[in-house]
Amino acid sequence: MEQATPIISFKGVNKIYSNGTVGLKDISFDIPRGQFLVVVGLSGAGKSTLLRTINRMHEITSGEITVENESVSDYKGKALRLLRRKIGMIFQGFNLINRSSVEKNVLSGRVSYYPTWKTIFGLFSKADKEKAVHSLERVNLAEKLYTRADELSGGQQQRVAIARTLMQDPKIILADEPVASLDPLTTKTVMDTLKRLNQEDGITVIVNLHSVALAREYADRIVGLRAGQLVYDQPIANVAEGDLDQIYLAPEGEKA
Amino acid sequence: MSTPTIPQRSWAQRYHVKGIGWTVLLLVLLVASAQMTGVNVGMFFSNLGQFTNLLVRMSNPAWDYTTVIIQPLLETIQMAILGTTIGAAFAIPFAVLSASNLIHNRWLRGLTRLFLDLVRTLPDLLLAAIFVAIFGIGSTAGVITLAIFSFGMVSKLFYEVIETIDMGPLEALESVGATKITIIWYAVLPQILNQFISYFLYTLEINVRASTVLGYLGAGGIGVFLQRSLNEFNYNQTAVIILATLVVVLVIDGVSNHLRRVLL
Ligand SMILES: Nc1ncnc2c1ncn2[C@@H]1O[C@H](COP(=O)(O)OP(=O)(O)O)[C@@H](O)[C@H]1O
Ligand SMILES: [Mg+2]
Repeated sequence: MEQATPIISFKGVNKIYSNGTVGLKDISFDIPRGQFLVVVGLSGAGKSTLLRTINRMHEITSGEITVENESVSDYKGKALRLLRRKIGMIFQGFNLINRSSVEKNVLSGRVSYYPTWKTIFGLFSKADKEKAVHSLERVNLAEKLYTRADELSGGQQQRVAIARTLMQDPKIILADEPVASLDPLTTKTVMDTLKRLNQEDGITVIVNLHSVALAREYADRIVGLRAGQLVYDQPIANVAEGDLDQIYLAPEGEKA
Repeated sequence: MSTPTIPQRSWAQRYHVKGIGWTVLLLVLLVASAQMTGVNVGMFFSNLGQFTNLLVRMSNPAWDYTTVIIQPLLETIQMAILGTTIGAAFAIPFAVLSASNLIHNRWLRGLTRLFLDLVRTLPDLLLAAIFVAIFGIGSTAGVITLAIFSFGMVSKLFYEVIETIDMGPLEALESVGATKITIIWYAVLPQILNQFISYFLYTLEINVRASTVLGYLGAGGIGVFLQRSLNEFNYNQTAVIILATLVVVLVIDGVSNHLRRVLL
């Protein structure tokens, strides 16, 4: 399993924002297909930046990132959209279209399979409309098909967002602090859902988390970021009790 | 832990120096400009007599004239609707190009905004005069004038609405691999639609009023009849026109106000 060719690979990746802030510093590591990877680190450590470089929502400054053995930096236009299609993304703020129905939100995950004009007239195939229902069934929300998105609770909204992602038939799911604005009970539902998709569908899942306890509970492997650098990388079996505290210590010379 | 200290206001803050300064400056400008342009407030009151005289002559409305002006009144409303619709339709792409959260190219955005600013500086009466000269007396000139006027106004209102939207859904659609147009259709449009319609109705209200005046220049509609009755000293007809116009404006304002309240 560890020997399989990686689905994602970082090679000497640096990211410097236009204002000079260092986002990522010399990041190199591989993510094997099917892994449930959790990224931990303080706020501002570079977790969101790391995720967004994979689907090119952010550009990197130097180095190389490959997804399924192809460098992502060269993608443009349609090729870039096809790269993004196979990578689902889940956000802390859910990012649903509040005024639209759950159905429309879920179907919007499928738009990259259609020419633009068909998406505008909402000309989704019968199969895809059934797929939307099926995706909602997988997150236990089928009965909310025609509800407006902003009438749902936070946990339900995040599950709709997961259903939207499922419409992409993703090989990878990137989740940026998906439970940061949820209570403990809904947190468990959302994390369980992600874990199930990982185990049942073999989707590679990368989750940014604030909570070390959650990381331990769900991860196959934990990597730690601090000030844009990869400072920790262990399979879950090797993660010892005190290890992660160290990631949360501010580097010398900087205040916590 | 520590006793809270109330921050001290500076001398200027305490006596509202800034506020008083601006008020004085404004008053000075007001008086100065009144003197320079020769505005004479006294004249307004001394001529009140003529005004009452006109009112007396209008006090016997020629009600049978109503049937004559229904057609031009409808034309006025149609002009306003057509002009507002054309203007608003053209405003949408320009509003998108002007919105800083959608267009990151500063040059493109700057150029579009400059163009819109220029359009807005054109007085509608001047436009009407020009188009009447080009297209002759009739509603074509009125519709084009109203379209340009609405375009300038609505595009600014629209892009300001676009700039306040939640960017989250756009990020999500982008991450899905959607094209720019699909992103705007799915993630921008639902967020702005109600406010767009509301501003459209608001512009329509203004245009119904404006189109009566434009008609006066020969740009079609009820204004043409208003001008004719005044020229022929048929003040009894003038009275009917003014009353009918008032009713139409009130009804349109009422309907549009109601719709806007429902929408927002
Ligand atoms: N668009 C941006 N422009 C400039 N600096 C940014 C931008 N986005 C993030 N940063 C900075 O990059 C660093 C990493 O941010 P981020 O990846 O959001 O961290 P995390 O997700 O771990 O909280 C922080 O110092 C942050 O302030
Ligand atoms: Mg973050």
